[in-house]
Amino acid sequence: MADLKTNTAGIESPNPFWLASAPPTNTGDQVMRAFDAGWGGAVWKTLGEPIVNTWSRYSAIDYNGMKMIGLNNIELITDRPLEVNLKEIVEVKKRYPKNALIVSLMVESKRETWHEIVKKACDAGADGLELNFGCPHGMSERGMGAAVGQVPDYTCQITEWVKEASTVPVLVKLTPNITDVRYAARAAKKGGGDGVSLINTINSITGIDLDTFAPRPTVAGKSSHGGYCGPAVKPIALNMIAEISRDPETYGLPISGIGGISTWRDAAEFMLLGASTVQVCTAVMHYGFRIVEDMIDGLSNFLDEKDMTLAELIGASVKRVDDWKNLDLNYVVNASINQDKCIGCGLCYTACNDGAHQAIGAKRGDNGRTDVWVIEENCVGCNLCSLVCPVDNCISMKQIPTDADPCTWTEHTGGSGKLAPRPQDDQHRVTERMNRS
Amino acid sequence: MTTRRGDGPEFAELKPPLSKDEALAEANRCLYCYDAPCTRACPTHIDVPAFIKKIASGNLRGSGKKILEANILGFSCARVCPTEELCEGACVLNDLHGHKPIAIGKLQRYATDPIVLEKGGRPLFSAPDNKNGRSVGIVGAGPSGFGCAAELCQRGYDVTIYEAADKPGGLNTYGVADYKLSQQAGLAEVEWVQQLGAKLVLNTRVGEDVSFDELAEKHDAVFVGVGLGPVPALGIPGEDLDGSQDVLEFIAELKSKPKAECSLAGKTVAVLGGGNTAIDGVTQSTRLGAEKVYLVYRRGAGEMGAYEHEVELAKLDGVEFVYWAQPVEIAGNGKVQTLRCARTRVDGGKLVVDEGDTFELAVDRVFRATGQAKLRDFFKSAGIDVDAKGRPVADEDGKTSRDGVWTGGDCRNGGKEVVNAVAEGKTAAIAIDRALSA
Ligand SMILES: Cc1cc2nc3c(=O)[nH]c(=O)nc-3n(C[C@H](O)[C@H](O)[C@H](O)COP(=O)(O)OP(=O)(O)OC[C@H]3O[C@@H](n4cnc5c(N)ncnc54)[C@H](O)[C@@H]3O)c2cc1C
Ligand SMILES: Cc1cc2nc3c(=O)[nH]c(=O)nc-3n(C[C@H](O)[C@H](O)[C@H](O)COP(=O)(O)O)c2cc1C
Ligand code: SF4
Repeated sequence: MADLKTNTAGIESPNPFWLASAPPTNTGDQVMRAFDAGWGGAVWKTLGEPIVNTWSRYSAIDYNGMKMIGLNNIELITDRPLEVNLKEIVEVKKRYPKNALIVSLMVESKRETWHEIVKKACDAGADGLELNFGCPHGMSERGMGAAVGQVPDYTCQITEWVKEASTVPVLVKLTPNITDVRYAARAAKKGGGDGVSLINTINSITGIDLDTFAPRPTVAGKSSHGGYCGPAVKPIALNMIAEISRDPETYGLPISGIGGISTWRDAAEFMLLGASTVQVCTAVMHYGFRIVEDMIDGLSNFLDEKDMTLAELIGASVKRVDDWKNLDLNYVVNASINQDKCIGCGLCYTACNDGAHQAIGAKRGDNGRTDVWVIEENCVGCNLCSLVCPVDNCISMKQIPTDADPCTWTEHTGGSGKLAPRPQDDQHRVTERMNRS
Repeated sequence: MTTRRGDGPEFAELKPPLSKDEALAEANRCLYCYDAPCTRACPTHIDVPAFIKKIASGNLRGSGKKILEANILGFSCARVCPTEELCEGACVLNDLHGHKPIAIGKLQRYATDPIVLEKGGRPLFSAPDNKNGRSVGIVGAGPSGFGCAAELCQRGYDVTIYEAADKPGGLNTYGVADYKLSQQAGLAEVEWVQQLGAKLVLNTRVGEDVSFDELAEKHDAVFVGVGLGPVPALGIPGEDLDGSQDVLEFIAELKSKPKAECSLAGKTVAVLGGGNTAIDGVTQSTRLGAEKVYLVYRRGAGEMGAYEHEVELAKLDGVEFVYWAQPVEIAGNGKVQTLRCARTRVDGGKLVVDEGDTFELAVDRVFRATGQAKLRDFFKSAGIDVDAKGRPVADEDGKTSRDGVWTGGDCRNGGKEVVNAVAEGKTAAIAIDRALSA
């Protein structure tokens, strides 16, 4: 069993799996049950001024029979009294001294108000604080949450106030509802933040009821834009984490990764891009605390199999994310169809013929089934056919050796590199095809 | 209908293995229920949603471990369990219109095959280096015996298994239908379990080659998992003719020999009985090339003890069901040639055999599958009390009337499934450990 102990910004945790600040961390009872199930840490549901919630709060996107690939909510911060939450935090910390207990905070943008709540959270025994600068609905209308996270100066300012009062590490939770997340991360760092956590939810409307014309989740016939999360948002979160990990200005800034994590595999990907802990909300809302057992077991088996430590895993893929201009333009791949596996659906033909580069041929074979083949001289190796193919490993992308040396855009435009020949060089053939049809 | 003849693909596995993409698609269909009915339906209470979730997450080793720590014979159970009656029968998807239950047995096989069949790699379970100095003797190397042995080994006991046969495995080696579990696969599993270090003493029948008292003397505790006896003769004329046999003998033979040597090509076979063993008799006869196969049962279709899915299998094989028929005589010239049956009916709740109303079936073989005998005499001579049905009297952990002796499996439950035997062996092991550590 691999050692999964880790820490983010000095917040120690027996394993990298934390519950994100959300309904699963609403009460002490839930957090303690989660710790019993194996969660290494928990970020308490955001504390702040009293709020009132709507009743109908969540809606989801199902896709082809898969339930809840994306979840949307219009819920605000905790609706329980501050004193009750603080009392429970004291109790949980007393009973679970080894687990990481982080308290999420959000109050109006006044220095004294922040100082006050920070002191209360520290006194309750929090191992760390998380500043919710990400809530995209409701709270942002009142100048909090994403309204702070979207303006780097505010982010920096409030982080500074918090650091003045805090005795524990401070994570700044970033909103993805922004054009370039690096500015927010830089502001968090500049304000003295010990680390960042991301992503919070993404502005969304999940759909409209076509009978009533009301958006979901419907509150008396109307709705409001909500925050989108769950498996669907993972790619967005991964990119934002990679951006911060490889930004020279924030390089090395501790990151707690969030967004669409359901399994140990997802977690490993976040960690490869630099997250030292990960946080989970939707998957727990779907399947319960018990999912952490396989997260721990799976990650541990994976590390054992790879014969590597968790520390070695963290950030191992950061250097593999680069600017487009530094990619090798002479790395040639072509689609290759394994005819033994092909079931004759013809989807690759349709996709390539209409949606890509007319590099797959199709005809009805003698036995009535659709035969397909790759027209190599047209194939630009875009991967599309292999993505639509319903059969595992039926269409694979094969590297084609070329005589050309590697050449990036920078080298090509700078005159130092030489491009390998490409299918579109022969525009004559493309035009000919048009004339034929 | 497919006719199955001779050796070859006819003995192909009834439930072939899943490919990776099939397994992933199936695993992702699992709803991951709370207090899952499948887990409750499994006598060894394997955490089914958890092991399936691990297949979906790509944690195959963790998945296999989840299964095998609950049921050390999870590999054979994946193939031989009547899942339709157990886990899969309990799947909530049975109640969701248009859905099929999750193929739990096949997924279990997908997760356990690599562990049991692919030698090498880090061992999944191991006995502690420090033994606790106590020893347990186990009578019978069947599923119950191994269920007990595996648990005790992991708890630091020195375990010796005494087995009458020349190969271990009990009915997994000599009994279950070959199209579910071949003898080779069964023995591979035994070899894997053996890594835990139990000593195996073959060709040793307790009560004959070594006395029970000697065993009890030598070990701190004894577990008895001897299963059931042969199918007794019916007591009708002609049973000694060549071609009349206990079906278990026939099955043991076909599982041990090349199929060509057991061919029934061109033969007509009658199997007597209405239970799952009778079904195994007929389905394997067709696979060995029998021209015509009868299943002769003294009551009606509704009274058959065999599971519905097993009866369906026999129907697919084109077996002819002869209901309400009681065999009264086997005749032939040195070899079986005819089976004469009297018609039966139920009168006032009782089965009545009309000796005057008989008919004959021209057959070359008669296999009796009319129920295995209880090993009453074995238990009596071992000084263990038996009940009216010939089963050892035991408490819920399997503790018998004789001090220091536990029991489990077919001999105790009267004949259930492999998974029940494993569960009872494991329960007894835990009780033995508790008693000896007290
Ligand atoms: C034909 C047939 C098909 C079956 N098919 C299935 C199936 O598909 N699925 C399923 O789940 N179950 C099936 N079963 C039931 C299953 O095989 C049994 O429930 C299971 O094997 C019981 O295990 P056991 O350890 O109690 O007994 P057994 O498997 O009978 O093992 C007992 C062992 O004890 C040995 N032994 C007996 N007496 C002595 C002695 N005095 N000294 C030393 N050793 C002794 C025997 O040689 C044997 O190896 C089938 C049974 C039969 C008969
Ligand atoms: C119903 C709901 C309520 C949430 N409430 C909070 C909150 O109070 N504070 C906060 O920082 N994030 C909140 N979040 C955002 C989550 O903490 C998390 O950042 C987001 O859901 C992405 O993770 P996921 O894809 O694992 O769900 C909430 C999310 C949901 C679904
Ligand atoms: S999950 Fe269902 S039962 Fe529970 S609070 Fe929400 S609406 Fe009510």
